[in-house]
Amino acid sequence: MRTTLKILKYEFHDVVRNKWVIIYTAFFFLIAEGLFRFGGDGSRVIISLMNVTLLVIPLMCVIFGTMYVYNAREFVELLLSQPIGRKSLFAGMYAGLAVPLAAGFAVGVSIPFLIREFTDPSQIAAAVTLLGSGIFLTFIFVALAFLVSLRNEDKGKGFGIAVLLWLFFAVIYDGLILLITLTLRDYPMEKPVIAMILLNPIDLARIVLILQFDISALMGYTGAVFQKFFGTPVGMIVSVTSLAIWTALPLFLGLKRFTKKDF
Amino acid sequence: MIKIQNLSKRFGALQALKSIDVTIERGKITAIVGPNSSGKTTLIKCILGLVRQDTGTICLDDVCVNGTWGYRRDIGYMPQIARFPENLTVRELIDMVRDLRDLGNVNEEELIGTFRLGDEIKKPVRTLSGGTRQKVSAVLALMFDPKILILDEPTAGLDPLSSSVLKDKILGEKTRDKTIILTSHNMSDVEELSDNVIFLLDGAMYFQGAVNDLKVHAGESNLERGIARIMESNGK
Repeated sequence: MRTTLKILKYEFHDVVRNKWVIIYTAFFFLIAEGLFRFGGDGSRVIISLMNVTLLVIPLMCVIFGTMYVYNAREFVELLLSQPIGRKSLFAGMYAGLAVPLAAGFAVGVSIPFLIREFTDPSQIAAAVTLLGSGIFLTFIFVALAFLVSLRNEDKGKGFGIAVLLWLFFAVIYDGLILLITLTLRDYPMEKPVIAMILLNPIDLARIVLILQFDISALMGYTGAVFQKFFGTPVGMIVSVTSLAIWTALPLFLGLKRFTKKDF
Repeated sequence: MIKIQNLSKRFGALQALKSIDVTIERGKITAIVGPNSSGKTTLIKCILGLVRQDTGTICLDDVCVNGTWGYRRDIGYMPQIARFPENLTVRELIDMVRDLRDLGNVNEEELIGTFRLGDEIKKPVRTLSGGTRQKVSAVLALMFDPKILILDEPTAGLDPLSSSVLKDKILGEKTRDKTIILTSHNMSDVEELSDNVIFLLDGAMYFQGAVNDLKVHAGESNLERGIARIMESNGK
């Protein structure tokens, strides 16, 4: 643990000085501030931010994550020649990237909210959910990027797979759900759709966020089904557990690969 | 002393090392030479635990490498390519290695002076030239006075002055009873520095012994020509 924290400290110093991380933080600040100035009240800003967050965070995390692992290859060799264990190094590197990225998002988005005073508890809850979802998505997609890059020696191939993974979860998956529900519309699809949503972290984050607002009622029957499941404490626990599994599973598989890999 | 017995490693279809038996003596400089893809770096990485061998044992004095990492406390390693996190300064890199090794005082200041890195110490790594990064790599390997030094192409990319400073340093470490392993494609460096040579061909041991013995074996008075002749006669 001590070694992990030491590695985290230096990797953190390196990553926070990266100009792209600074741009990433500024991007979220400018989007949130811009939406407040032109968009109006808190709920609208949060919903607009949600759409940006759900697309941008996974994409940036897979890009940053794969580049980071491939660029660190020689430095990892140097660190592994020091008297430290592979697990500590992996944990330090992962946290060294995921923590600054999550902090960049949280700081960028939070400032415009903090300078405006919110009193409506539902809006505060929605803003906190937005922050939580963004942080979860950061940890999930950095873990997926680590897994993909550690499993593929070829940088181009690993990068391509990571971006395809983003495309699949962010765009293609929803199309597949739509196709399946349309094809099987004569059958009861509530439970399978809930299961399918649990299998996609981006959809899961989207549903959890949407349910913070009344607009779920506009989704008609589907909205009611979601509200009935995800809106309950059990549903929330299942959602958060699913997001935690989505973080832990790729991280565990990445760690397994890292401990056995020849450098 | 490092004792390697029956060491083999395969990467997919490529048999990188074939039943290598080597003894690397203390107080001597041993060069690992051979054509490209002959297994030099793989052999070094097996000693460091960066590559896990398929079969065989590697023992450093009485400690055998078996997936643990504590033995690396005694090893200073200079990799072939010196790449570090771009936004850290040279000072931070030095501090990082010192922190990871739990060391208080190390003799980095003397080495910073020796390699004329004083002006670069506060600069971020991304602004340094390849040669300067190589010098930083040398400082990181040497600063904690390790018993074993493993240097992969140490003089590659260095200017003549820095190269001779590093070679003097390596020879100085030898007199302090260190075990030193180096690889190099520069045979004049090998001839100048090494006592012993391990010659690998296609992952197998072709020759192990004193530099002069290899020259006699090849029938040449010059090491580079001797090695070229051996490679030629083996269809390389």
